[in-house]
Formats: sequence, C-alpha cells, structure tokens
Amino acid sequence: MINNLNIMLPEIFLSLSIFSVLMIGVFIKNSFNIVFNLTSLIIVVAVAIILSSPNNVEKIFLNSFTRDAFSNYFKILILLSSLFVINSSKNFIIDNKLDKFEYPIIILLSILGMFFMVSANDLILFYLGLELQSLSLYILASIDRDNLRSTESGIKYFVLSALSSGLLLYGCSLLYGFTGSTNFDFIAVELTKENTGAVFAMVFILVGLAFKVSAVPFHMWTPDVYEGAPTSITSYFAVVPKVAGLALLIKFMFIPFSNILLEWQTIIIFLSIASMILGAVAAMIQKNFKRLLAYSSIGHIGYALAGVATGSVSGYESAIVYISIYVIMNIGAFSCLYLLKKDGKYKENISDLSGVSKKHPLLAISLLIILFSLAGVPPLGGFFAKFYVFVAVLEREMYALAIIGLLTTVMSAFYYLKIIKTIYFDDSLITFELTKNKTAQVSIFTSCMILVTFFLYPSVLNNIVNSLFAS
Amino acid sequence: MIEIGLGHYLSLGAIIFFLGVIGIFLNRKNVIVILMSIELILLAVNINLISFSIFSGDIVGQIFTMLILTVAAAEAAIGLAIIVVYYRNRGSIRVEDIHGMKG
Repeated sequence: MINNLNIMLPEIFLSLSIFSVLMIGVFIKNSFNIVFNLTSLIIVVAVAIILSSPNNVEKIFLNSFTRDAFSNYFKILILLSSLFVINSSKNFIIDNKLDKFEYPIIILLSILGMFFMVSANDLILFYLGLELQSLSLYILASIDRDNLRSTESGIKYFVLSALSSGLLLYGCSLLYGFTGSTNFDFIAVELTKENTGAVFAMVFILVGLAFKVSAVPFHMWTPDVYEGAPTSITSYFAVVPKVAGLALLIKFMFIPFSNILLEWQTIIIFLSIASMILGAVAAMIQKNFKRLLAYSSIGHIGYALAGVATGSVSGYESAIVYISIYVIMNIGAFSCLYLLKKDGKYKENISDLSGVSKKHPLLAISLLIILFSLAGVPPLGGFFAKFYVFVAVLEREMYALAIIGLLTTVMSAFYYLKIIKTIYFDDSLITFELTKNKTAQVSIFTSCMILVTFFLYPSVLNNIVNSLFAS
Repeated sequence: MIEIGLGHYLSLGAIIFFLGVIGIFLNRKNVIVILMSIELILLAVNINLISFSIFSGDIVGQIFTMLILTVAAAEAAIGLAIIVVYYRNRGSIRVEDIHGMKG
C-alpha cells in the first residue's frame, strides 16, 4: 500500500503543500512574500522528490496513473520552467500590484493539474488534470482584475478553452463508447482503422489538444491572451502549458492512437504546416513584443508538431528536444521584458527597444543571442532544435513538410532580424531604469549560457530524451 | 411503436452538442448565452456517456458523468466570476463590445 502511494509521491506532496500554503496565506496578513518563497521551496523539493524516484514503469489505481521516465522528465521540465518564470517575474508582480497570495497558489494548482495530465493513463484522470490546469489558467489570465485588457483576455481564453474542452470531452465519450474502456492501454488495442466511430472520436480529441497547444487553425485566442494578460502571466502561458500540452499530444499518439497512425498523421501534418506558415507571416506586422512572441510561439509549436507528425520514436524525441529548448529561449525572452522599465511602467512595444545597445549593451547582447536562437541561427541552441526535427522528418521521407519548414524558418528570420536591427542600429529613444532585478538577470544569463554552450554537449539532452522511450 | 436504442440516444447527444457549438458562434448578444451553450455541450457529452454506459453494462461511464458534472459547476462559477470583473471594467457584456485587442 505505502509502496504504491510512493509512486505518486510528487502529486501527494504538491497537493498537501498547496493546502498548507493556502492556510498560511489566509491566516497571515500581507503574506505574499512568505507564500511566494514557500512556493519556490515547494517546487525545489518536488524536483528533488522526482529526481530521487526510480524511472521504471509503474502503474497504479487500476492502471490509470503511470510513473515512467517520460512523465518524470516532463514533470521536471514543468517544475524548473515555472520556477524560473515566477522568480524572474517577482519584481514585475510587485510593481504592478499583483502581489496577492493567491497568485503563486493558483500557479501551483495548475502545475498539479499538469502533473496529472502527463501521468494519466486513463481518459477520466486525463480530463480532470486538464480541467484543473485550464480552470487555474482562466483565473491567472484575468488576475489583474481592475484592468480591462486582462479581464478581456480572461473572457476570451475562458470561452475558447471551454469550447475546446467540450470538443475534447465529446471525443472522449465517443472513444469510450466505441472501444468500451477509458484506459489508454485498452483503447490502444481496440482502436483500429475498422473502428470508424473511434477514428471519428480521435479527430475531436486532436482538435481539443490543438487548442491547448495553440496550433493553427485553433490559435485565435493566443495573440489576444498574450497581449492582454500581465507579462508575468504571459510568460507562464507561453512556456509551461505548452510543455504539458505537447507531452499529452505525444502520449496520445504513442499509446492510444498508435494503431491509426495514417489517420492522424495527415491532420498533424496539416496543423504543423499551417502553424509554421501563420507563425512566420503574421508576426511580421506586429508592433507589440508580447504579441510577436505569441505568433512566434505558434510557429515554434508548428516545428514541434512536425516532429510529432513523423509518428516515429525519433520524431517524438526531436519534438521533446525542441520544446525543451523552446522553453529555455522563451524564459530568456520574457525575462528581458522585465528589465524594460521606465518611470515605474514596463514597456512592451518593439519600438521602445530602439537603440538599447548604446545604453544597455549587456541587455542588447542577451536579446541578440535569444532572438538569433529563436530564428535558428547556428551554432545556438535553437538551430540544433530545428536540426533534429528536420532530420527526423527527412528520415521518414516527408520532403514537403521539411521544405515548407525550412522556408518558414527563413521567413521568420526576417522579423527576428528586424528587432535586432531596431536594437542595434536605430536611434536611442528611451533610457531604461537600471532596475535591481537580480532574478530576471539570472534567468537571462542562464538561458543565454545554455543556448550558447549547447553545441559543445548536445548529447547530454539527447541521451536523456533517448532514454524516455527505451522502456 | 419504435424501439428506442443506442442510436437514438447518440443522435440526441449529437443534436444537443451541435446546438451548443452553433450557439457559441452565432450568438452576438450576450456572454451569458455562451456560458449556457458550454453547459449544453457538457450535457450532451453526459447523455452520450450514460447511454454508452447503460448499453454496454459498464459503470465507468456513469462515474465519468459525475465527475464532468462537478467540473462543469466549477467551470460555470469561474466563468461567471470573470464575466463579473469584466462588466465592472467595461460596463457591458455584449459580445460585440469585446474587441479591445485586434490584429
């Protein structure tokens, strides 16, 4: 019994600590700082618990919950990225009077939801995890409740995400009906090409998942939510739910849908191509940096989906490497926004960046590294991420996908280079306050260091990711 | 007298489901109507699950329905709360008025 519970020790620890932190927040006045520091501590302890747990495959609760190398890897990625996101945004949260103690607690709740998502081996547990994550994200999007734009982004996110959950749930109900079980392993056996009803259900589930990772044509909410929500929330949205969504997508393709590869492959290829093209084209005309990053993240999800579309283990591995490097790049890019402060207000327009290189050379060089990496310029990390995806795609001889991917990479380089031109060659307009935002600087430094030195030891990440599908 | 079978229940579920989806996209008046449409979608799913559960003799579908009902309640509560804070800032919850950000 106790051994079985050990399997889900990270989830148990996280939920118990959420309850205790909630009590601390309620009973102590002005408890934001205490709760915030406790949250960071909880995340670090959770990482330690996961690192100390073995990686063999274990299933409990009627095989509805799995712990394996795959889920452990994604849990650690989720925890570490949220640790960096919330710590680098602490000054921003306080400056914008968002320092309510609920803020870190809701983030912890959404992390708990994502834990169940990546560990689920059953439609019910998967749905509950997904909803716990989505409900927390609705609140986070509208957390700046006296701000019109934040609440509007909350409404938009709520309506579209609830619709996508509904579509996904309809798919789940059909899948349950036509395969006779909610367990992923059973579904994998029953779900074949002849089972037309279940193939129909697969389409609904894919639509729901595409909404969650914001793949075109289900991306409508992304730019508005990214622009309207406070930057600290936007950076969380851009990083952590994307990781969990992609993990879920790969898990669905790998276990329940493994027998109908040809049926879902066409859909994923379409999603991937559409996302890559829209991400490259629509970002060109953006003036707001957050909106630009929204379109850039749509494009990046397109590349990760190209890896998934191969339907091979090497393709899934390349998608996981891609999303890991994407996380590092985006944490760096958003941390730069926390340094652009003038007269107590944070700037988020691209034109505000003009001539930054003259007054703040360090910030300019970090932005240069991060933007080059986003564009995929060798030898930075972003290049290797794209390289592995294209190798996996070419292995399966999907030349059209690879060619369109390369073309959109070149097109998207245009707008990244445009920002670099603004930073380095335009006239200086604004001198930003030299804020003592140590945590954001540490995040930028870490992200730049990893991106620059990635080419020295690419095998470290590769070996870890290769071991995920070994069992 | 026709025999009511699984097909009839599934058709009912499908009709309610598509009414819900159409309600979200055609409605130009009020956000509350969108909330009601979302509830319709979830109820259609419940009809599906219960009928599958009854006709296959498997209890899991009904348990799933219970969980969906609780999630739907939580979702409605959060949705209404967001609509209230939006109304405080904007003074209107007409769908046409929600266009602060574009492009």
